Amino acid sequence: MTVTETRDVRPNRLSDAAYADNFSDIHPPLTPHKALVEADRCYFCYDAPCMTACPTSIDIPMFIRKIQAGNAVGAAKTIFEQNILGGMCARVCPTETLCEEVCVREIAEGKPVKIGLLQRHATDTYMEREQPHPFTRAAPTGKKIAVIGAGPAGLSCAHKLASLGHDVTIYEAREKAGGLNEYGIAAYKTTNDFAQDEVSFILEIGGISIETGKALGRDVTLDQLAADFDAVFLGVGLPGVNALGLKGETAAGVIDAVDFIGVLRQAEDLSLLEVGRRIVVLGGGMTAIDAAIQSKLLGAEEVTIAYRRGQEHMNASLYEQELAQTHGVVIRHWLAPVSLHVSEGAVSAITLEKTRLDNTGKLAGTGELVTLEADQVFKAIGQTPDAGPLAGSVELEKGRIRVSDDRRTSHPKIWAGGDCVAGGEDLTVVSVEDGKIAAQSIHKALMA
Amino acid sequence: MADLSTNFIGIKSPNPFWLASAPPTDKAYNVERAFEAGWGGVVWKTLGEAGPPVVNVNGPRYGAIWGPDRRLLGLNNIELITDRDLEVNLREIAEVKRRWPDRAMVVSIMVPCEEQSWKAILPRVEDTGADGIELNFGCPHGMSERGMGAAVGQVPEYIQMVAEWCKHYSKMPVIVKLTPNITDIRYPARAAKAGGADAVSLINTISSIVSVDLDNFAPVPTIDGKGSHGGYCGPAVKPIALNMVAEIARDAETRGLPISGIGGVQTWRDAAEFIALGCGTVQVCTAAMTYGFKIVQEMAAGLSDWMDEKGYETIADFQGRAVPNVTDWQYLNLNYITKARIDQDLCIKCGRCHIACEDTSHQAITAMVDGVRHFEVMDDECVGCNLCVNVCPVDDCITMVEMTEGSDPRTGRPIDPRYANWTTHPNNPMAKQAAE
Repeated sequence: MTVTETRDVRPNRLSDAAYADNFSDIHPPLTPHKALVEADRCYFCYDAPCMTACPTSIDIPMFIRKIQAGNAVGAAKTIFEQNILGGMCARVCPTETLCEEVCVREIAEGKPVKIGLLQRHATDTYMEREQPHPFTRAAPTGKKIAVIGAGPAGLSCAHKLASLGHDVTIYEAREKAGGLNEYGIAAYKTTNDFAQDEVSFILEIGGISIETGKALGRDVTLDQLAADFDAVFLGVGLPGVNALGLKGETAAGVIDAVDFIGVLRQAEDLSLLEVGRRIVVLGGGMTAIDAAIQSKLLGAEEVTIAYRRGQEHMNASLYEQELAQTHGVVIRHWLAPVSLHVSEGAVSAITLEKTRLDNTGKLAGTGELVTLEADQVFKAIGQTPDAGPLAGSVELEKGRIRVSDDRRTSHPKIWAGGDCVAGGEDLTVVSVEDGKIAAQSIHKALMA
Repeated sequence: MADLSTNFIGIKSPNPFWLASAPPTDKAYNVERAFEAGWGGVVWKTLGEAGPPVVNVNGPRYGAIWGPDRRLLGLNNIELITDRDLEVNLREIAEVKRRWPDRAMVVSIMVPCEEQSWKAILPRVEDTGADGIELNFGCPHGMSERGMGAAVGQVPEYIQMVAEWCKHYSKMPVIVKLTPNITDIRYPARAAKAGGADAVSLINTISSIVSVDLDNFAPVPTIDGKGSHGGYCGPAVKPIALNMVAEIARDAETRGLPISGIGGVQTWRDAAEFIALGCGTVQVCTAAMTYGFKIVQEMAAGLSDWMDEKGYETIADFQGRAVPNVTDWQYLNLNYITKARIDQDLCIKCGRCHIACEDTSHQAITAMVDGVRHFEVMDDECVGCNLCVNVCPVDDCITMVEMTEGSDPRTGRPIDPRYANWTTHPNNPMAKQAAE
């Protein structure tokens, strides 16, 4: 059969040991000794640039000094004060474009203090030692708040509200809490079910209940929640994905990268996951990078990221691009998809057109075509909001929720944060900050 | 190539680097390895009286403090003098000296402060062919409880008395090793000289408790729940040693008395500094105990390279060159005005200069200029204290620049090129009339 000859998609490409090795912690935690050596490098800067660069304003010099002084547990408390998801952020933050980019040792010698790994050392130490929860709740206020979405924004908001004495109910559409921390982040960045451990840790504050399997618009409505609760926080993320708009998009092997990543994260046995021999990933962001690297780690032989603009336009950081390249992923720029080749219901190749910026700075095709054989094509060309359940309740801006500086929507009882709001950066750490700011604003409004 | 050889009170060695009397010089095995590595000489670990030797604790003997990356900065010990039999030590000293005739072999001695004890041991040591003796009047722990070591070194009369005995009963050159655990180092040094000693060596270790174990609330090192003070050494004590060396070098009564410098010598540069303050040799222990004997090769090569670069052919060419420049505070030139300068190209913007100045000094460094993080010295507030230089993590980023003309923006007073010190300052009630 020609199809099986040309199209090669199958599970079990690697030995058990190779799966385990490939999906182990990509950046292993610092040993206590390494943490001390690294902590010693921090200059304890005044008005530290790293702290300014952190979206959640963690007092980085102080937590590092605590590690240096042998108080990793205290260091974790400093982190959690600003960012209750400090453990996950330590794993997934693009530190190379945040705190570590502005570290004075980056300027001095091109080697920033490894802030992310030190943060992980502190938070891991805290959680491994099974310390009591670092915060206690204020006296009960009697106020009830609904949080929609148990992702980073929702969890952060819920935790802050609970600590201020409010009672919180989180409605989560999926089976598990965690949002992208559970379903969206590459497996090798958060091993050993860390996302669930972190959710448990956050819930230790008390006063938060989570109702999973409850989707906005299907099981609950925004207007009803706004009526039943004193306030509502929307942290619904970006549930949709952009389509290519090409014929053959529904063929087998044309896959949303976010789905691939989510399935991989939930897989009990990675060897049962099918992966093609030749993969083309479309997109230039973190999702494209994560899908490309993980397909390579599942045993794909040739993995190509095709991005329609130049390297400098990619949303993925240079560090992440290099990470893909060192895993053997080829990144090709200035290529836009034109057509999918489908044979017997499954994709077999993709034709792309070379692009450039025209005189007006607009992206334009050159007419030159390239065809890449592909057993699977992963689409990672952006996620989209779902305006449906929000319609009429809150004002939108390009499909996302418009919010003020304190994350208030146009509705007096509804706040929002995370990827679903307009103008965000789609980063875990920014979502955490959104949730925190919204919680403070809600508290202020309810206690006024 | 520079000539590193030294002749210290008649004791010759191919270079000025001696191993101090301490664990590294307790046995022939160690000393042989040291000489093979290139050490110019050793002071054999302190010998006690004939008879049953002292015993050491069988628990930990050392405590330490560390800098970044666990770099050992200070070491503390509670070890006593040699716990090996006197006869074994004497035999080994004789054998090693015979095998290494070009190296300095000095023997450290500590016996009770009685004439008979010294009279008994001196000829035995002389018979080994050793080049000289060093009187251990310094150990601050253990032996001092028995009336020896620092207990002698703290009483100038005893120092003089024992030095006299040694000169009387021996023809060997005598070095008196001084304890820093006193208030004024000049008195014991003067006593050593008065007793006829040929030289002094300093400093011995400083009485210390390096840390307290917060789980069992006992000093470190802890022996079965208790600890006693030890003797502190290593890089951390070098500033104290340099000052004491300088005090002796510039004291009218002891000026010219040969000095063997000890205390925190880790590199050739440390050694050069001791020699610049008048020392004829330096003694090293902690650096060897941290890194092994090979470090002497860096020390000797570094000193030689630096001397070549500076055009010094022999140690004597720069020995004591810094002594005339050590003076009393009252003679410092109050008309010498400096201001800190931050090299903006080298600045990495850590802000430590700012916060140090702002919180703890003179509010003379900006943090923000026109909304931008920018660190710059305000000359009208800068007193030239140098704190910013010391807290800056970048070499040569902040320097002190002398003002030679115009006026000091801080005081508004014109720069006066003339030397003027406190002794003639109008604010000094004891001021002498300035010479016209």
